[in-house]
Amino acid sequence: MLKVSVYRYNPDVDEAPYMQDIEVEIPEGKDLMVLDVLGLIKEKDPTLAYRRSCREGVCGSDGMNMNGKNGLACITALSDVVKGGKLVLRPLPGLPVIRDLVVDMSLFYKQYEKIKPYLINDTPAPAIERLQSIEDREKLDGLYECILCACCSTACPSFWWNPDKFVGPSGLLQAYRFLADSRDTATEERLADLDDPFSVFRCRGIMNCVSVCPKGLNPTKAIGHIRNMLLERAV
Amino acid sequence: MVNPATNYGKNGVQDWIVQRLTAVILAIYTLFIIGTLILSGDVTYAGWKALFSLTWVRVFSLMALLSVLAHAWVGLWTVSTDYIKPPMVRFLFQLFCGVLLFVYVVWGVEVLWGL
Repeated sequence: MLKVSVYRYNPDVDEAPYMQDIEVEIPEGKDLMVLDVLGLIKEKDPTLAYRRSCREGVCGSDGMNMNGKNGLACITALSDVVKGGKLVLRPLPGLPVIRDLVVDMSLFYKQYEKIKPYLINDTPAPAIERLQSIEDREKLDGLYECILCACCSTACPSFWWNPDKFVGPSGLLQAYRFLADSRDTATEERLADLDDPFSVFRCRGIMNCVSVCPKGLNPTKAIGHIRNMLLERAV
Repeated sequence: MVNPATNYGKNGVQDWIVQRLTAVILAIYTLFIIGTLILSGDVTYAGWKALFSLTWVRVFSLMALLSVLAHAWVGLWTVSTDYIKPPMVRFLFQLFCGVLLFVYVVWGVEVLWGL
């Protein structure tokens, strides 16, 4: 038996959010993923709401807070997360809750949109494609793999305090992905959009983002690169 | 792009550079004071007065004092924009910090040069 405590809130019915305690029978000899446990709970109580899609850590839908740490429920094994036979499931911190474990990601996407997450190149397009050298392509490794699950940004206190002004680790990782791209010609404009006291400089380098990223990426390092580019441009 | 009007520099980069430079100055000044205290053994009024009658010590102290002004402003401004959400309360806090830092600098100049 696994004791699971789930954050429940249905604004149409509940006055305030509450924690619901549920005992879940875990099949003998199996190490389930947290998403499987949510499936077992939903069989008992179909009113529980959560997001899920690919169930293999690719789509980034089921980001949530499991025993105090953000991660993807579908690739987090019970053996890694359960302590003392107990599992506490909460929505991603810092974003408005729509219902139960489902959060409103609008602010997160707004920050993503702000960094112009697409290649900008005004030079005439070549006949087939814009080629990159192997070295230039390698610069994008560790940057392009982000699946926008929001685990990092919602683990970041600076994003909690200023979600409307601080771009957040996820957005900044993507910002650097395009700053580092040899095919992108908008480096100056991109940097000009980031040099205010909030967008980049609210990062205090506490590396919560690195510790929670389910894809093993390093937003703090990318933010460091952006800061260096801003400094080189300023002095 | 966010454009606040109450931060120290003209943008985040400048604030960041000011914060780091002043931190270095303050660190060196702290080492200087601690080193002086250790090397001089007994601290006497006469010894202390002699030290601060040296022009370079006064200039160095003033530099440290101005560094406190800039460093504390950048830091407290950041703290206030993180944690204090009502604009009026935030403004009053920033005003209080600004006036206090100004008083420190004027007071420090008076102490150093006895104006």
